[in-house]
Amino acid sequence: MHSINLAAEKINPLLPHTAELVVGAIAFTLLYLVLRSKVVPMFEKAFTARTEAIQGGMERAEKAQLEAERALRQYTEQLSKARDEAHSLREDARAQGVAIVEELRTKAQEEAGRITAAAHASIEAERQAAIASLRTEVGTIAIELASKIVGESLDDQARASRVVDRFLDDLETATNPTNSNN
Amino acid sequence: MRSLHLLSASGGGFVPPSSNDFIFPSFFGHSQYATKPILLVFLSVLLISIFFILASRKAAIVPSKLQFAGESLYGFVRNDLGRDIIGHEFMRFVPYLFTLFVFILTNNIFGIVPLLQFPTMSHVSFPYVLAIITFVVFHYIGIRKQGIRKYIKDIMFMPGVPKAAYILLTPIEIATYFITRPLTLALRLFANMFAGHLLLLVFILGGDHLLKGVIGLKLISPFAFAFGIGLTFFEFLVQCLQAYIFTLLTALYIAGALADEH
Repeated sequence: MHSINLAAEKINPLLPHTAELVVGAIAFTLLYLVLRSKVVPMFEKAFTARTEAIQGGMERAEKAQLEAERALRQYTEQLSKARDEAHSLREDARAQGVAIVEELRTKAQEEAGRITAAAHASIEAERQAAIASLRTEVGTIAIELASKIVGESLDDQARASRVVDRFLDDLETATNPTNSNN
Repeated sequence: MRSLHLLSASGGGFVPPSSNDFIFPSFFGHSQYATKPILLVFLSVLLISIFFILASRKAAIVPSKLQFAGESLYGFVRNDLGRDIIGHEFMRFVPYLFTLFVFILTNNIFGIVPLLQFPTMSHVSFPYVLAIITFVVFHYIGIRKQGIRKYIKDIMFMPGVPKAAYILLTPIEIATYFITRPLTLALRLFANMFAGHLLLLVFILGGDHLLKGVIGLKLISPFAFAFGIGLTFFEFLVQCLQAYIFTLLTALYIAGALADEH
């Protein structure tokens, strides 16, 4: 061990000094306790808080981005839905238009058919009426002709043909009095 | 003591600084507990505690300059020496490594602080204490982690080597773990600080002595002082480096004790 009284002697610097060993151990332990209890936890707290602040910021940003993406998806969805709706409305309208036209056409055709049928019916009725009246008229005329033939003597060929001609002339004037002069 | 030497120097030639320059008188009588190195050690504890308590008190997310300075030092020890070397269990050892680093650093730097101008670690007792603590810590951790049988067995018979190699390896390994490691740890720090302080003394006291000589010697004196100042910067580097190395090796030893195989 050193002694201050031996300044002139060569002291071995590798020999420890009891007081310094004791003080070194005490001082170091003291410092260790102070740093461990007061300093390290505070620095760790600051580190943790900083890490959390950075991570929290990042998480917030991520959340905002997700929200934005969700909104965008929603808008896109709504837009395409609206487009689909417009398209289907257009389709409906077109289909309705086609149906209306079709209906009108059918109705018109039916009407035309009905009119044609009525015309046919009336023509047929008139024809029947004409046939009936002709028949009675021909009968009457035939009877009239017969009586005429019976009434006059039919021995003469020339006379007979005269009678027929006259009859035919009469017939012509009777059936077509307006054109009798032609 | 220096005054004693100077008295003798005025009579005769230059007395070169020696290990005697590392001996200080007691401030109070013959008490061994009132010398300059011991007071410096207590001063270092006081300064470090005050500085770091002030720096860490607020623990703000956005640090002040003071907090930033403290955090930088702490973060350096915590991440570069603790986390990167020890691995996932590092947080248990951060207080020890941090205390070790700032304690050695401060006491080393006392060597170039004006008025204090003495690196406490050039008194071998302090490095001895620190090396003993590290020695106890890393062996204790190894025994706790692996059980005393396996721990001693792994040191004596390193797994994965041919049996014949144990003739050489076993004595080397035992010497490494129980003698070389603590001894080199302490002596490296002590010798660097001791030699550095001696070197500074040579140039500063030499320059001072030259100044008292004849005119020719007086002209050389400024060069000695300039060299002394240059060496002071160099010493600062060595002081930081030695604090780093001591802490780094402690972290490596702890990491080795925690690892399953040496």
